[in-house]
Amino acid sequence: MTDDLRVTAAEPAGPDTVLELRGITKRFGDLVANDGIDFDVGRGEIHALLGENGAGKTTVMRIAYGLNRADAGEIRVEGRPVEMRSPRDAIEAGVGMVTQHFSLVRPMTVAENLALGRSGGFRLDLDAARRAVADASARFGIRVAADAVVGDLSVGEQQRVEILKALARDCRVLILDEPTAVLVPQEVDALFATLRRLVGEGLGVVFISHKLGEVRAISDRVSVLRRGRMIGTVPGTTEERELARMMVGRPTFGVERAGSGAGADAARVLEIRDLRALGPQGVAAVDGLSLSVAAGEVLGVAGVSGNGQTELVDVLAGMRVPVSGSVQVDGTEIAGLPPARVMAAGVGRIPEDRHASLIPDLSVAYNLVLERLADFRVSGRLDERAIRAHADELIERFSIKARPDDRVGSLSGGNIQKVLLARVLARDPRVIVVSQPTRGLDVGATEYVRAQLLERRAAGAAILLVSEDLDELLELADRLVVIYEGRIVGEMAVDDADPERLGMLMAGREAAA
Amino acid sequence: MSGLLGRLPGGLGTAGGAPRLTRWSTPVLVAVAVVITFAITSGPILLAGANPFAAYGEFLLVPLTSRFTILEVLVAATPILFTGAAVAIAFRAGYWNIGAEGQLLLGAIAAAGIGAAAGGLPPFVVLPAMVVAGALAGAAWAFVPAFLRVRFGIDEVVTTLLLNPVALLVVNGLLHGPWRDPVTGFPESPRIVAAAEFPTLLERSRLHLGFVLAVVVVAVAWYVIARTPTGLRLRAAGLSPHGARFAGIDVSRTLLGAALVSGAIAGLAGVSEVAGIQFRLTSGLSPGYGYTGIVVATLGSLSMPGVGLAALFLGDLAVGASSAARALGIPSQLGAVVQGVLLLTTIGLIALRRWRGGAAVRQRRDAASATTPTEGDR
Repeated sequence: MTDDLRVTAAEPAGPDTVLELRGITKRFGDLVANDGIDFDVGRGEIHALLGENGAGKTTVMRIAYGLNRADAGEIRVEGRPVEMRSPRDAIEAGVGMVTQHFSLVRPMTVAENLALGRSGGFRLDLDAARRAVADASARFGIRVAADAVVGDLSVGEQQRVEILKALARDCRVLILDEPTAVLVPQEVDALFATLRRLVGEGLGVVFISHKLGEVRAISDRVSVLRRGRMIGTVPGTTEERELARMMVGRPTFGVERAGSGAGADAARVLEIRDLRALGPQGVAAVDGLSLSVAAGEVLGVAGVSGNGQTELVDVLAGMRVPVSGSVQVDGTEIAGLPPARVMAAGVGRIPEDRHASLIPDLSVAYNLVLERLADFRVSGRLDERAIRAHADELIERFSIKARPDDRVGSLSGGNIQKVLLARVLARDPRVIVVSQPTRGLDVGATEYVRAQLLERRAAGAAILLVSEDLDELLELADRLVVIYEGRIVGEMAVDDADPERLGMLMAGREAAA
Repeated sequence: MSGLLGRLPGGLGTAGGAPRLTRWSTPVLVAVAVVITFAITSGPILLAGANPFAAYGEFLLVPLTSRFTILEVLVAATPILFTGAAVAIAFRAGYWNIGAEGQLLLGAIAAAGIGAAAGGLPPFVVLPAMVVAGALAGAAWAFVPAFLRVRFGIDEVVTTLLLNPVALLVVNGLLHGPWRDPVTGFPESPRIVAAAEFPTLLERSRLHLGFVLAVVVVAVAWYVIARTPTGLRLRAAGLSPHGARFAGIDVSRTLLGAALVSGAIAGLAGVSEVAGIQFRLTSGLSPGYGYTGIVVATLGSLSMPGVGLAALFLGDLAVGASSAARALGIPSQLGAVVQGVLLLTTIGLIALRRWRGGAAVRQRRDAASATTPTEGDR
């Protein structure tokens, strides 16, 4: 670090490749998040890393930034091997990263945040920080008020502060993790203008995204990851269709399954009309969404995560009050009702975050009765005997590998999911709202969960299945809808689904076909 | 403070649910904390010119050697049984009531007011009236921060804490105003009538009805938390508010209820001190029993049996500190020093346990935050 707080895209001393990853492999338990990934970015280049959620894009870049450690592989910065034990090593080597969650001190000003970002020294050199902001504004078009309080800034402005922070630490490679996810369109344009000027100064940029349009608009090269594997690297001018195909792959069709449980005239059990709900940032995450599910039907909701799925499921689970719109179960309005009333209306809920849907520190037996404690009470006490008998029965019926007294948090992911599944299905719900039911489960548990859902379908339940796993959707669903930016942008029978069209719809590109 | 306390339930609040303390069980942890505490406090004791071992003998053992001092231990344990139970109930629900001190004072005001004005009424009318009024007063004092918390999300750690000095101001306002002793002019409320005094339990002892009441409260609290649907809801809300709400539990109502019951029990501590020990309201009625309740609840790992043991232990320490002062000529405040160091050591060990036990957890969290599907192998 030089003494002076400079905002600069420093001259890389070495050859044209600034950051090079070789054979990066990372496992989380049984899951291979990254499988021998090679990736490089040169100076003055924007290299996009494209892939669906869970493809391993973020993981590999977190490894490059020292936030995760690779099980195998090598990282080189300007030709020199670097061991990334922590972001400190990455910063020292000249790698900067703007993660999706900003690490800014919100009550402080922009200048103060920048001054904090410097390593070493006790004195806060605010004047230098202010000069740096002015300098960045002039050179890169990064416009932020140095004395503004970060908490008052828009998300886009905060992102600029994060970029400034990275630049102030002399980074030569800047990794941006889904930078546009939080931006409005005008801010995206500003960001792209900034990125072009940064690469003009010799910086290398890694741009993580799952949006085809953006990737094509900004990148020199595009590398596509799918399920932890590097599928290939192509020029930024590649056709969207081709990129979509690389990203989504060719899912296997035609897993044998009983014929549709729903006839064309089957009763619509779940009806959602014009639903609007706010997301965490206070913006409309579900934005005029309508759909319906019939008895005996599985409706698959496809989409890249962050397009309103979480909020939709939250509303259906009674955990989020919608702004407007209607959700009816057999004609009963449930929008905005608390969870107990939603359950009473016949909705069974299996959200993506199964840990948060249970009480990990309570026993399996207690968790299984928590939704209906009134049924397990004798003369004001908990009916421990009935609770245990109930647990024994469900453990047997759903082949949960646990004892009634085991803490739910101590179980494996598959068994936790089975506990949640058992709690829900034991009540015979008319409607089942289920999100990412097999994410992270091993093959056996996955098959089991899917079989259970199909069994319910056969029994006449209306199932709304939200999943990012296209294979899963194609295997389970009768009908598919694609959710994009809080709206349904396409619908098809599962037999008519083709990956290219799905990929285009999911990426916010209206399919021509 | 809130950050520290906020970490406790994960470390402590699970007694009564399935055990989660895999590394060290809580009794071992407390025992280790006691040993470390003695090692640390031997410094100040040496500075005071006493032999640490003799001092600890006085602190812990001597109080248990005579009938009088054993009963005094129970007397000293009485108020902190109440406040310990009050704090533990609230903490178990995930409601950080730091305001037991103020709630105690409001209970004391109610008891002193009724007790002084109840001339001519029989004890079986006066005593229940004082108990009920004291509990209601404590609950009322607890209501405002609890309401602000569940309705507007205002941090109760701050509001309950800040209401403590306010309660003391109310006490002093009364004592320097309408309740000032008309004869002596001292800031003391009029003595309560004889019918309002808690009867003593044994000859030649100060041990009074309040102790029985405290034991009953702790026993009932244990039963409700461990054995009833209400208790399970409370535990669920404390362990995972989101998960509890998802399961259909009205978490706001549970928090509000826990806060009010907590305040009521703290109010009983005030009643008990007025009716059993002081027989009037003074500004020095509570030497921080409400805060000591936090120590008791923490040492007792938020379980009711633990609260009972911790209250007895600290009662022992309090009696021992004054006897040590007499026998060894060391300041009696050393008792408070030992108590304070003990609390810090305990919390430190809890944090350490979380940190060491947390390595595996961190790794998982690491994995989970990598946006890859990673929950498979838990």
